[in-house]
Amino acid sequence: MNTAVDTLRFVSTEKAPALPPPNLARGPVAWVRENLFNGPLNTILTLLAFFLLYRYLPPIVQFLFTDAVWTGADRAACREDMIGRPVGACWAFVNERLSYFTYGSYPVAERWRVNGFFALLAIGVVWLLWLRAPRRDLGAVYFFGVFPVLSYVLLTGGDANFSTVTWGLYIAVGVVVLMAVLLGGRFNLPARSIATFVGIPYLAIGAALAILEIDWGLGAVPTSLWGGILVTMLVATVGIVFSLPFGILLALGRRSKLPLVRLASVVFIEFVRGVPLITVLIMANTMLPLFLPGNMTVDRLLRPLVGVALFASAYMAEVVRGGLQAMPKGQYEGAMSLGLNYPQMMGLIILPQALRIVIPGIVNTFIGLFKDTSLVYVIGIFDLIKAIEASRVDPTWAAPTVSTTGYLFAALFYFVFCWGMSRYSLGVERRLAAGQNR
Amino acid sequence: MQTAAINQAPAKASVFYDPKIRGIVYQVLLVGLITFLIYEAATNVIDNLRRARIASGFGFLSTTAGFDISQSLIPFSAAGSSYGTAFVAGLLNTLLVAVIGIFFATILGFLIGVARLSSNWIIAKLAMVYVEVMRNIPLLLQLLFWYVAVLSQLPAPRNSIEMGGGFFLNARGLFLPRPIFASDIWVLVATFVAGLVAALVFRRWAKRQQAATGRQYPTGWVTFGLVLVLPVLMWGLLALAVENPITFELPRKGTFNLTGGASILPEFVALLLGLTIYTAAFIAEVVRAGILAVSRGQTEAASSLGLPAGKTLRLVVIPQAMRVIVPPLTSQYLNLTKNSSLAVAIGYPDLVQVFMGTVLNQTGQAVEVVVITMGVYLTISLLTSMVMNIYNRRVAIVER
Repeated sequence: MNTAVDTLRFVSTEKAPALPPPNLARGPVAWVRENLFNGPLNTILTLLAFFLLYRYLPPIVQFLFTDAVWTGADRAACREDMIGRPVGACWAFVNERLSYFTYGSYPVAERWRVNGFFALLAIGVVWLLWLRAPRRDLGAVYFFGVFPVLSYVLLTGGDANFSTVTWGLYIAVGVVVLMAVLLGGRFNLPARSIATFVGIPYLAIGAALAILEIDWGLGAVPTSLWGGILVTMLVATVGIVFSLPFGILLALGRRSKLPLVRLASVVFIEFVRGVPLITVLIMANTMLPLFLPGNMTVDRLLRPLVGVALFASAYMAEVVRGGLQAMPKGQYEGAMSLGLNYPQMMGLIILPQALRIVIPGIVNTFIGLFKDTSLVYVIGIFDLIKAIEASRVDPTWAAPTVSTTGYLFAALFYFVFCWGMSRYSLGVERRLAAGQNR
Repeated sequence: MQTAAINQAPAKASVFYDPKIRGIVYQVLLVGLITFLIYEAATNVIDNLRRARIASGFGFLSTTAGFDISQSLIPFSAAGSSYGTAFVAGLLNTLLVAVIGIFFATILGFLIGVARLSSNWIIAKLAMVYVEVMRNIPLLLQLLFWYVAVLSQLPAPRNSIEMGGGFFLNARGLFLPRPIFASDIWVLVATFVAGLVAALVFRRWAKRQQAATGRQYPTGWVTFGLVLVLPVLMWGLLALAVENPITFELPRKGTFNLTGGASILPEFVALLLGLTIYTAAFIAEVVRAGILAVSRGQTEAASSLGLPAGKTLRLVVIPQAMRVIVPPLTSQYLNLTKNSSLAVAIGYPDLVQVFMGTVLNQTGQAVEVVVITMGVYLTISLLTSMVMNIYNRRVAIVER
């Protein structure tokens, strides 16, 4: 009974009048009516938007292009009182300072080495990011192993004088590894896998040490001369090269069954993610020298690199953990039922799939990292921002619009890289989704 | 028979292959390594500090600071205040800019997030351009831009820009009317609180009534009346009958400077602008993702039930979108709070600038200062995520 009454209340007794057929008109006018003026609110919004564009777009264009000064050697070119017309952006300033923004005070004769570093970096990035590139496994070896060593030699000049203690330690470890491989069979040790998984990295480290030790005849360039885009790229690259492997280790640690390993990973990750990067950088700057024995000094550029690398690892670890958790349990069980051990299961089955699905997340972390490299400016490292700050207060270029122009240039630089990376990550996301939506 | 054979098999293998023992060995190695690192670091720190003759311990917090802080919510003077007071002043400044920044960033972010989904082509495109540009330029650069290229270029105080209503803008900051409270201000505050409580009680009652009988009450209007109209009426009444509870002291243009009124530091304005505009871009993306996550069927079902667009949004889409929005929104709030430490680049006296900057330089007690500062940010992070987790549990889908 009750239901009948309730139903009556909601159901209309009259037939609703038929709606007019949908407007099938096409063409620009229909498009405008459909997308800009459908309804009173949208009409008002459209008119408001057009008004704002009309009001603010022409001055911006005027500042950036029409009134801009493109050539000139010093401040005279960009001063209204000198050239007798309103002055917009002073691109002449950027033009004249471009090499300083790129290389800092790196000796002019040695700048080809910086260019070499940029080229090596570009090769590594393209090899890894281009999904159809040949032998991407070799690309990973190149990017995380060969490239850092070569870059170090190129930029600093190599000729690192490792102490006899270092080489002694290296040889001692080598003897232990050799013993394990030769005599391991008698004690039921897996001699073959020790040879491959310990021996090969050992030899690789030896080769790297040797390359760094040899004097290649390049002059030494102290890090105090490095600056500008070189340092920005360097900080970002070190962060990327270090954070991915270390982040993977942390993520595996966080998912580990061993309670102490898990605890250590969780504490590290949550601690780093809970504090701002600036505090980590200031800590690296002031406390790193304190942590080491008194006779050891840490290069001023190395300190923020350590900070950034640790910071980025914690964020990377969370991204990788997302991928590990997204793996269906069947993958783990399948790997185990094949008799694979933990390193084999992770290295051959889980990580290749998990890392693939988190490529967008990894790239997003890199974007954040790339923007965050600008923070090294705060602790006095000569990155791009510091180069611009130093140039804009230079009396040679004392003109009203120089600061704005400098910032615009930096903004453009960061925008191009970050936006490019985000486009890439969107593309990968779409590709991965295509496989999922069968 | 066969089971026995299988059980015997591991006995032959080396201890090396026992997963339990392996696990213990790995963990002992890890703990040993960490202990060794901490021990080494600690002994080196003690050694280095002794050599540099730097005191240790937290005693420095009660010694006189001897420097000034340009903006402080608590009384602070170079001569009389301690490092501990400087810490509190810096912390309050951080919280101040974070809270106000979160407030504005949320509003702007929601507006832009909704605008990106607008059916209006040009509005959606403008919102997209905003998000892409602001998200891909480092916050530090934006702060420097606002501070150096915009706020420092403003005219000197005597040529201040008049914004009307007693607001002035010049290179020394934003000047605004200062409220002066009379003795009967408590009546106004009490009215406001009473109105707020009454409104909450009414909303609860109305909700229960609606659940029981289906009748709807105009909760929006009643809340508006109780919370806003009632105090305003009370203000008018007090002003006419007793004494105006709030009067404003307007800044006045002098020959060189503005006198009277309240002023906000340009550093604060720049930091607030930068944080708001930067974080709003991220919040807009969060909001957009949240709204898109509500399936189209929900909107269609709502309109087939005859709900108008506004109610569909308010009763169907937003409550479900909030579930998706809240967790990433929390991390954006935390990011904003942590990013407020970039204040150090433009000289706003926040926790990092005051404590990790000036105090650290003066005392040299790096370990204590770093530990305290990081501890503060960790606490803020953990507290915020705790509060948000409670909220999250309340709005999460209740599954059978």
